[in-house]
Amino acid sequence: MYQSQTVIGLTDAAKDVPLDACAWPADALNTIPDWVYTSRQLYDREMEKIFRGDTWNFVALEAEIPNAGDYKRSYVGATPVVVSRAEDGTIAVFENRCAHRGAEFCRHNQGNTKEFVCPYHQWSYDLKGNLQGVPFKRGVNKQGGMPRDFQNADHGTRQLRVAMRNGVVFASYSDTVEPLEEYLTPEIVQEFDTTFTGRKLKVLGYYRNELPCNWKMYHENLKDPYHATLLHSFLVVFGLLVAGNKSMMFADAKHGRHGIMGSAKSEEKYASVSEENKKEMRSFHDGLRLHDERFLDFVREFDSPWSVTMMTIWPNLIVQREMNTLGVRHIIPNGPDSLIMQWTMFGYEDDTPEMQRHRLRQGNLMGPAGFLGLEDNEAMKFVQEGVRRSSTGTNHIRLDPGRVGTSESLISEAAIRAMYVYYRQVMDLRVQGACA
Amino acid sequence: MNSFAYRPCALPAARVAALREEIATFNAEYCAVLDRGELEAWPAFFTEDALYRVTGRENADLGLPVGLVYCEGRAMMHDRAVAIARTQMFAPRYTMHLLGPARVEAEGDAGIVAQTPFLLVQTLVEGPSTLHLAACYHDRFVRAQDRLLLAERHVVHDTNILANDLVYPA
Repeated sequence: MYQSQTVIGLTDAAKDVPLDACAWPADALNTIPDWVYTSRQLYDREMEKIFRGDTWNFVALEAEIPNAGDYKRSYVGATPVVVSRAEDGTIAVFENRCAHRGAEFCRHNQGNTKEFVCPYHQWSYDLKGNLQGVPFKRGVNKQGGMPRDFQNADHGTRQLRVAMRNGVVFASYSDTVEPLEEYLTPEIVQEFDTTFTGRKLKVLGYYRNELPCNWKMYHENLKDPYHATLLHSFLVVFGLLVAGNKSMMFADAKHGRHGIMGSAKSEEKYASVSEENKKEMRSFHDGLRLHDERFLDFVREFDSPWSVTMMTIWPNLIVQREMNTLGVRHIIPNGPDSLIMQWTMFGYEDDTPEMQRHRLRQGNLMGPAGFLGLEDNEAMKFVQEGVRRSSTGTNHIRLDPGRVGTSESLISEAAIRAMYVYYRQVMDLRVQGACA
Repeated sequence: MNSFAYRPCALPAARVAALREEIATFNAEYCAVLDRGELEAWPAFFTEDALYRVTGRENADLGLPVGLVYCEGRAMMHDRAVAIARTQMFAPRYTMHLLGPARVEAEGDAGIVAQTPFLLVQTLVEGPSTLHLAACYHDRFVRAQDRLLLAERHVVHDTNILANDLVYPA
């Protein structure tokens, strides 16, 4: 496994808690135990109960595979899958594993093909992942070969269920998960449709990076509006987000697993921060001004009160609508201490050349070198290092006490609280002192 | 069309040698500024309306325009340098560029087209020195008062999965 930090920082054995010892502290709503980020057994259960459980997982944008035979490598949880468009125009998602000897046969990130052939023994699969051909099936000179009762139909790849909405493709291992729209809940569907209106998307490119932190931290970070006004001085200085701006932290009312962090940019380019708030914000820099302000321009192209939204769709998708820079981020868990992030940046097919350039310029805010992106990555790395190596073991989420779910204040941890209420239930975790 | 595809060089050998020497000197200074952390001196290597972009090989090969860093003009580079030097939060680090030989591709009215491969080694506190980027500068230089300036620099990195982030310009 790819891991960027390996010289110092092996997880303390005491933090790699076995599953049967994973009991949440009694003050469950206001605490997160370190082992949610560090236990290997817990991570394995997450793969089973969450990523292969009753969830819809993002796998692709339709714009990446517009034509029959187009395919891309993707992931559901940490499991490699292939997303391909068949001759009949439908999209199939299947595991990238040859049914014969297990080889991960699809090696290119994307391409176009008539069939998939495993290079090892050249078993071939159609665009839906069904086994088509087995070389020397009947042997040579009447010797060897497959048994008479071998049926290709019984030996395809493992195929997943597929759901789509306005050009976004999801897959599921579950036969019992609710339909996608119901899974998302109404408010999430509404925000989803603000970005994905059905207008044809145009992929502008990809970023990929490894974050040395647990995959859930990425969700938490986007359900934590508190950090946005403090860590990201860039946002504050340039008035993109200021404590006191019109904003919301929404958590879906049904499960609390999806969220939307939204804020409305004021008309002034630069923020004015009151003396009282300034004292609370160490990172505030008075008087910094850009030499080129174009990348902060906001073209009002969406029917939404929010100029910025970061939407977390459980368990593996972030939809970024940061003014006019748009993207999806695909979380690929990589063990308890690591995740791979795949960013697909896009605009719309009918964008003018100038609009496309504006999106590219504004892209400087996000991604592994983005003014906001890199600070988040650094902060989450610091947290993972802290929880792996320290002697204490509890995190505190006490802001906005008593509230679970949506909050109108940025100084709140109510959405993180809601996510972990849901998480404990789906992971079947007990709370210390609670009745079994 | 892949604008980063190989194109043979038709220039005379003596001209190539002279330009290569000049570009190597330019790049040594450019990397010295970045590797010493003199970030705010970095935009001076570019023309006023230069394009500076950092992007993956995958994007370059597919003709996709996105950049991890996408600066149109020296003013945007200045803003990035100031933001990183004065406002951004990240763990302290050293970077070291190891430059390969410059390859001169063409010289014409639009300037000098050249490529230089490099490795970027990053060293963190309590961390290993790691190979952070395997990359190549795809450049177009122009001459201003007898010195070279970058009119275009595309940093195209083969490295497919970046380790956490890219803090400093490459």
